[in-house]
Amino acid sequence: MNRQTVLSSSPQAVVARALTRHRFSWVDLLPWAVIALVYVVADTYVPLGTQVIIMIIFALSLDLAVGYGGIDTLGHAALFGAGAYGAGLVALNLSTEPITGLLAAGVAGAVVALLTGPLVLRTRGVTQVMLTLAVSTVLLEVCNAWKSVTGGADGLAGFRIAPLFGAFRFDLAGHTAYWYSAGVMAVAFLFCKVIVNSPFGLTIRGIRENPVRMQLLGVSVRLRLLMLYAMSGVLAGWAGGLTAQVTKVVGLDTLSFVLSGNALVMLILGGTGSLYGAILGATVFVVVSDRAAAINPFHWLFALGIVLILAVRYAPSGLVSLFEKGAARAFGRKSG
Amino acid sequence: MINLPTILTLLVDGVSYGLILFLISAGLTITLGVMRVVNLAHCAFAMAGGYFALGCVRYAGLDLLSALVLATALTVVLGALLERTVYRWVYATSQLGQILMTMGLVFVMIASANLAFGSSLQSLPVPAWLAGTWETPAFTLSVYRGFLVLVSVALGVALWALLEFTEFGAKLRAAVDNPRMARCVGINVPRVFAITFAGGCGLAAIGGILGNQMLPLEPWYALKYLVPVLIVVAVGGLGSLKGSFYAAVILGLVDTFGRYYIPAGGAFIIYVASGVALLWRPEGLFGRA
Repeated sequence: MNRQTVLSSSPQAVVARALTRHRFSWVDLLPWAVIALVYVVADTYVPLGTQVIIMIIFALSLDLAVGYGGIDTLGHAALFGAGAYGAGLVALNLSTEPITGLLAAGVAGAVVALLTGPLVLRTRGVTQVMLTLAVSTVLLEVCNAWKSVTGGADGLAGFRIAPLFGAFRFDLAGHTAYWYSAGVMAVAFLFCKVIVNSPFGLTIRGIRENPVRMQLLGVSVRLRLLMLYAMSGVLAGWAGGLTAQVTKVVGLDTLSFVLSGNALVMLILGGTGSLYGAILGATVFVVVSDRAAAINPFHWLFALGIVLILAVRYAPSGLVSLFEKGAARAFGRKSG
Repeated sequence: MINLPTILTLLVDGVSYGLILFLISAGLTITLGVMRVVNLAHCAFAMAGGYFALGCVRYAGLDLLSALVLATALTVVLGALLERTVYRWVYATSQLGQILMTMGLVFVMIASANLAFGSSLQSLPVPAWLAGTWETPAFTLSVYRGFLVLVSVALGVALWALLEFTEFGAKLRAAVDNPRMARCVGINVPRVFAITFAGGCGLAAIGGILGNQMLPLEPWYALKYLVPVLIVVAVGGLGSLKGSFYAAVILGLVDTFGRYYIPAGGAFIIYVASGVALLWRPEGLFGRA
């Protein structure tokens, strides 16, 4: 791109420039094509599709923290659960308007990230894993004990969600929920794309590779990581908020260790630090779990476990790397 | 409420719970701290030991002690087999790959346990000579708990002696301190680690079998008790057996006393305590900074 086009301000040029700067390519259209295809072809899978989309948003959030920031977390459910409880409480006490609830969920996720970030971001490695785990478990115990607000072990239920934009009711077949979640995923994905390819995103990757060197270069490492953690918190909060609004229940499982672990497994399965990995990993994980459980409700974990072990053996850098290799072979160049 | 017999009983309960945690976590602190393998499947070996013992008791009609020996041996073999195969794959990959593989292994083992023994809680029968209580004027002690403490302490001492006074112990300590240098002086470091891994699985199995009264067997055992075990390893300091020992006993005591005197607190106390401990000493109580 020459200097002329960089400086031209015609609308096309502005769009083209933005697309290049944030590294958009045709691959970015693929998830939306799949989402539309599922809606048209396989109507009965729309509720499963909604689950997949929500987990994709959560995995994207985790990819920001783990894949780009190098934050070792096994407690990301703390941010997800904060969003879920935030959206649930807003719907119960303040407003049943879905967008308001979703914004509140994002704020709740970010607040928890900002409050706990200064503690967990001081450390690295296994210590950080344990601290994040401790944070999410303490939050779970608080929600378990504080029955008057969070409903304790029963969780929050009995709230309703008003029609989206005042026009689209949340129907039983889950069509509104599906497109609503897809819309939120679009916003989340654009947000991630812009963030990771911005100068901020580059310093974050620098911190992941060598925090000491970034510190010496004059980057305030802790502050950058905290900002990243808060952004990740917003996305995780949205994912949690969507679960609350779509299922209309919020339980302690939204804060559980199992959820954090599953999300991490999804992300690693797909491949970290590419955003596509989060999308592919969450899709494969949720769909394989669901299908295996439908075929055999008792032994589905077996299939999932085998998939994970084989994935490490044959795609150690994630499933996305297989596609990259395939594309490189097909087009005779390195893609992505 | 606070009287001597209660405190003594809680003390014994807490210490025995802590010692079980120590037995289970001893192998993990070596794999995690020294071999640098994030082995989230470690607790699954404790579970495997428990289920092997259950199988021995139920289908072969063995008593608890013979089942203990046989099941531990089986778990050691299982650990050695897996170490030679699937763990080999992930030694060279990043820690993320190790997390993925070991989680997959956990899922497979949970599913296998579920398939073989069903999803309900199982407990191992306690032989008659261990079943009673030992009454003194001051307090009542469960014979089983006493037995547990004795066996765990004996194992701990044996472990210490093994590491301190045998040639294998010297090799392991050398490999721990400086794997590259140990290789240079002719120690087969991968072999030492492989033996240690299998041995760690065996200890976990003993912990899983003897601790059955406190940590009942169920398929989700592998994930349920992973967290306290990880806490012990992290708070004690990665790679430090001594650290794991102290951390496990402290955790056992804090948890037992906390649950008795502040029942509403639940697991809260443990997590706050370990969080504070880790913020205070991020490398663990006995970790090398």
